[in-house]
Amino acid sequence: MINTDILIIGAGPCGLFTVFEAGLLKLRCHLIDVLPKVGGQLSEIYPKKPIYDIPGFPSILAGDLVDNLMEQISPFKPSFTLGEKASQIEKTEDGSFVVTSNKATKIKAKVIAIAGGLGCFEPRKPPIEGLANFEDNGVDYMVRDPEKYRDKELLIAGGGDSALDWTIELSEIAKKITLIHRRSSFRGALDSVDKVFALAKQGKIDLITEAQAVGVRGTNTLESVEVKTDTNQWIDVDYFIPLFGLSPKLGPIAEWGLQISKSAIDVNTLDYSTNVDGIYAIGDINNYEGKLKLILCGFHEATLMVQSAFKRVYPDQKLSFKYTTVSGVNSF
Amino acid sequence: MEEIKITVTDREGVDHVIEAPTEMNFNVMEILRAAELPVEGTCGGMALCASCHCYILSDHNLPSPSDDEEDMLDQAFFVEKNSRLSCQLPIQKELHGLKIQLAPDAD
Repeated sequence: MINTDILIIGAGPCGLFTVFEAGLLKLRCHLIDVLPKVGGQLSEIYPKKPIYDIPGFPSILAGDLVDNLMEQISPFKPSFTLGEKASQIEKTEDGSFVVTSNKATKIKAKVIAIAGGLGCFEPRKPPIEGLANFEDNGVDYMVRDPEKYRDKELLIAGGGDSALDWTIELSEIAKKITLIHRRSSFRGALDSVDKVFALAKQGKIDLITEAQAVGVRGTNTLESVEVKTDTNQWIDVDYFIPLFGLSPKLGPIAEWGLQISKSAIDVNTLDYSTNVDGIYAIGDINNYEGKLKLILCGFHEATLMVQSAFKRVYPDQKLSFKYTTVSGVNSF
Repeated sequence: MEEIKITVTDREGVDHVIEAPTEMNFNVMEILRAAELPVEGTCGGMALCASCHCYILSDHNLPSPSDDEEDMLDQAFFVEKNSRLSCQLPIQKELHGLKIQLAPDAD
């Protein structure tokens, strides 16, 4: 079991900066994030977009801000559980919490800081009737093990990098691949787009554009997908792989007994505590009167939150506030 | 201040006429949210989430979708030829009388 002072759920900018402010107070942090990399929305949605409202940076690319934050928190040696979702929470007798991930990782912490942003990023699922019946039974929303598709017939849907890249890679091992996309042009990397068109020309894949999947059928496992172009046709497949990117969902945290309104967690602005003693919520995931979903505000919330967390971790110690210009950054 | 009128058909088929000022740098998504219509605008207007997906019902001459907008529509569902992301439509006086319909909620 991992043991820490503060478990931060969400490794976006707000979660990362929490490590710094906590570190100044000698509090150790562990972070868990459902994404395989740190940075949250900044890494997942807009790494190449400039941000103009980070104090002291007239303009900074989102990806660079994440890199800078990682450098800034490195003295405090945070540990990470990435690619796992915080699923369950239990309170222990000593007043701590044990959070269990969807992959059975257990993390014990005296304080929980939910910095979950918009929630967990999950694959976008096309609204096709009956699709859920075939999940893991012929319908996969991501490619985990390419070998699974050896000598199989696949239908891949989507027009982005992942649809293109997997079409190219799996064309080597699958028996047959059909790629369908809503328009005739693709948004993926130019090189991948050229490769896919070349594969189609050589007859190695079937490319159907201005098309979308509208139906699925099968008895126990998926057997056929209905593809709509000018006409409708059923294509027999072993696997249907819709790749439409990720979208955020509040996820299991919604079941933790926290007071939630409008997909956000209500907090007390005194210290960003929730209705559950020992659980705090900071950044885009919290809600209070006058809330603004800004990175800048999340940093402020993180800073005040750790002061309150300190009192919980060390109830008998007096907290003396020190400027970094006076005391520097004393690493662990 | 100049105001334009936009007619919005919500997901229950009910029409709402909303007024929008042209000089405040708003986009249609922000106006829909301000009118408390069920539009999330999760990404804040960066054409990165498709939660403000709508259909254009009138024949207004709109600015063509950017590559970013097309890319995002590729990841959305219920996409039709008249689909747009409302966050990519700045409120201008040329939009007066615009008629739009909210796309179904994909979640």
